[in-house]
Amino acid sequence: MLTTQQRSASGSSQSPRSPSAQPFLSVSVTDPVKLGNGVQAYISYRVITKTNLPEYQGPEKIVIRRYSDFVWLRDRLFEKYKGIFIPPLPEKSAVEKFRFSAEFIEMRRQALDIFVNRIASHHELQQSDDLRIFLQADEETMERARFQETGIFKKKPADLMQIFKDVQSKVSDVVLGKEKPVEESNPEYEKLKHYIFELEDHLAEAQKHSYRLVKRHRELGQSLSDFGKAVKLLGACEGNAIGKAFSELGAKSEMISVKLQNEAHHLLMNFEEPLKDYVRAVQSIKATIAERANAFRHQCELAETIKLKEINLDKLMLIRSDRVGEAEFEYKELKAESEEATRRFETIVRLMNEEIVRFQEQKTLDMGIAFHEFAKGQARLANSIADAWRSLLPKLEACSSS
Amino acid sequence: MMGYENQSYEEAHLYASREEMENLVLDEPSPSSNGHSPSGHHPSSPPFTSSDDPLLPSSSSFLHSQNPNSSSSSSSAFNSFLEPPSYADVIFTSFDSSNGDANGHVNANSDPGSSASRPEYLKISVADPQKEMDMSGSIVPGGNTYYTYLITTRTNFPDFGGSEFSVRRRFKDVVTLSDRLSEAYRGFFIPPRPDKSVVESQVMQKQEFVEQRRAALEKYLRRLATHPVIKKSDELRVFLQVQGRLPLQRTTDVASRMLDGAVKLPRQLFGESAVGAVDISEVVQPAKGGRDLLRIFKELKQSVTNDWGGAKPPVVEEDKEFLEKKEKLLDFEQQISNVSQQAELLVKAQQDSGETMGELGLAFVKLTKFETEEAMFESQRVRAGDMKNVATAAVKASRFYRELNAQSVKHLDKLHEYLGMMLAVNSAFSDRASALLTVQTLLSELSSLHSRIEKLEVASSKIFGGDRSRLRKIDELKETIRSTEDAKCCAVREYERIKENNRNELERLDKEKHDDFLNMLKGFVVNQVHPPFLFNWPTFHFGMFQNYYHIQKVNDSFCMIS
Repeated sequence: MLTTQQRSASGSSQSPRSPSAQPFLSVSVTDPVKLGNGVQAYISYRVITKTNLPEYQGPEKIVIRRYSDFVWLRDRLFEKYKGIFIPPLPEKSAVEKFRFSAEFIEMRRQALDIFVNRIASHHELQQSDDLRIFLQADEETMERARFQETGIFKKKPADLMQIFKDVQSKVSDVVLGKEKPVEESNPEYEKLKHYIFELEDHLAEAQKHSYRLVKRHRELGQSLSDFGKAVKLLGACEGNAIGKAFSELGAKSEMISVKLQNEAHHLLMNFEEPLKDYVRAVQSIKATIAERANAFRHQCELAETIKLKEINLDKLMLIRSDRVGEAEFEYKELKAESEEATRRFETIVRLMNEEIVRFQEQKTLDMGIAFHEFAKGQARLANSIADAWRSLLPKLEACSSS
Repeated sequence: MMGYENQSYEEAHLYASREEMENLVLDEPSPSSNGHSPSGHHPSSPPFTSSDDPLLPSSSSFLHSQNPNSSSSSSSAFNSFLEPPSYADVIFTSFDSSNGDANGHVNANSDPGSSASRPEYLKISVADPQKEMDMSGSIVPGGNTYYTYLITTRTNFPDFGGSEFSVRRRFKDVVTLSDRLSEAYRGFFIPPRPDKSVVESQVMQKQEFVEQRRAALEKYLRRLATHPVIKKSDELRVFLQVQGRLPLQRTTDVASRMLDGAVKLPRQLFGESAVGAVDISEVVQPAKGGRDLLRIFKELKQSVTNDWGGAKPPVVEEDKEFLEKKEKLLDFEQQISNVSQQAELLVKAQQDSGETMGELGLAFVKLTKFETEEAMFESQRVRAGDMKNVATAAVKASRFYRELNAQSVKHLDKLHEYLGMMLAVNSAFSDRASALLTVQTLLSELSSLHSRIEKLEVASSKIFGGDRSRLRKIDELKETIRSTEDAKCCAVREYERIKENNRNELERLDKEKHDDFLNMLKGFVVNQVHPPFLFNWPTFHFGMFQNYYHIQKVNDSFCMIS
């Protein structure tokens, strides 16, 4: 399976280089369009799938999707592929949605594009039926699927109980950071959990500062532009050689201000966003950690219950009760369930171990690119600013000699 | 308004030693203290002032100033702890000579190295503020405390009859000096003295306030020393040289002046005509600040007549050239005020930018340390390596920008200076206006005296044998006219003198403005192009899987950054 680039050029579809014989699946999220009015307004995206896989209606398929469709996909994958770090989605952001600034839309589009591509390039996730539905189904089918998912009437009572239990344990264990008594006693895993939790804090701080830096670039650009305007006015008032010099200074300032604004945008898209993505990824891992804890607990509970059932069964057998048959049957059922739970847990553990390696490697690469972009951008900015000022020098020299 | 202030400020700290820089080990991956996040971001202090910060030496208070004038003066006292190692190798180009001091003018007053070579110099420095008690029986027990400053002068002016001497002066003395200069040098563009700023002295820390004032005084005296006429003045000489109490006449407050004037008034109104005439010696001073209330009333009446009366005043401002220049200066004042304001905002934005860059760097330093310690995978170590590069670069960049900004502030400070200078210009223009008013008033008075005499003569000629009392009155009036004529001549001379001063000063201003601004622009631009020390964003290689992924995608050579 070939990998796809993590970042696309703005709006254009991406296609990894690939020999034509090899199976490939390439997706791009493009062309955001605002639909609807007022409170119900939303953005729709064009999702283009290019593939030669037999399961897909190739070679190209285009569908229209909105943010909640992506959420559906993420939720389904999270349900089915416990243990795998599901790629993160950009935040819901109930407030900014209404403002729908061009920048916000572009950032969201980029994040969604990365999301889908990560799924498409994950060796297990890419085989998911839900992914296929997401990429291929027409809009009505998609909408139906989405509504079904959110309806809880479809669920069986037992499922509901499990859901409540899960939510309860999820909230109390992971989100609130309280330790439950039933925990794995795996020191390496402990270390990993501790690492993940602390990592999130550190990353969040770095991301916060990087966002601030973007803002600073913009503010600096603005004030440089204002300064330039004021200087130009002063130049006009002064007249003669000095006046001209001032005008030149003012013009240069305005020019540099534009460079700053550009760099701010570049910094946002190529440094701050990847950092934010990293934070989200870590949060996704936390969700997986919660799942693993649930599975472990479930397994333990069943083991406990079995023990009790065993004792009960022996007791019944001893007194030659006619409920033995029933009890035996229940016992066998529980045994099967317990084995199932153990299997599920072990799958999660195995998957997580693989995922963590993949995650670390991927992140090293992602951050490497981000750092490179950061340094490159700053160097470029500094150099072009210095050049701009340098070009002013001969003009100043001319003024003094006149 | 930015930068770090060492408690024991000394000018020497502007050039930090190499050892100090060496102690800042930036390449150490694990700083001594772990897990200290920059606790809360105090609005007036930079985030990394905590002594735990591994990358920076502990810096003390952060000088926070609202007043633009004093902020620029404190930046000349700016102490950059974080001088980079290559500061000693700084290349200053020839036309950036105004670096480091307030006056970059033609006569190198501020150039410490040139004491012997220049024909004439007058170098002043203000230091060593000390608290003293006012023993002269004040009502409040415990006395009045004030600060004195040691003012040291080095000069080869012949008038001084000495080459180096010091005196102690307090701020009140400076106010006196300033007032005496305003009176003696009407029509000149006299540099404005530092504010009294009563409010600020309450609000700020005593230490900071005193330091701010010290710097402001130094700046003021140095500016006086560069004014071609004022630097030769007796007032300045006396201020700088005479030990003990300042032998200049103390400025009296408005209340006692009014009191004196009120005492004189009845005699003026009802008494002898000699007293009623304008005192010649006072004619050369504006009416407003004086004791002659009657004169104040008369001139006020005259100015109202000028504005609202039907007839044209006897003499008007006719100098076209002057009026044109005045217009232009008004425009200039507005523009420079605007630019000055924007420059301040710009500097602030640059400062913020540098700070945030530093914060970002620090966050990554911590992250690096964290990843290195908790590393379970090789990929983590590689990532930590990349991160460390970026973090170090960001912190260095932050310092670079801070230093750059400090230099920018010094250059842009000229704008503030000229804004202050406009005050001096306006006051010189109002000297002219008030002198003119005096002349106009006297002329009006003369003409009214003449018409009174006429009326009396007409009236008395109707009486056969003459009217004794009227004739006596006429004689008195003629006497008054004579002294008023004298006063008028004095006033006219004064007016012309002030006009001449204005003219010369305007010429001087034009020339100096041209030179100053040109230097400022050059200095500012050169600083951007050839900054105090060099800094480049480092090249580095990212990740370890360079071959794994498609590097050829869009970007050029990943590895080399120009």
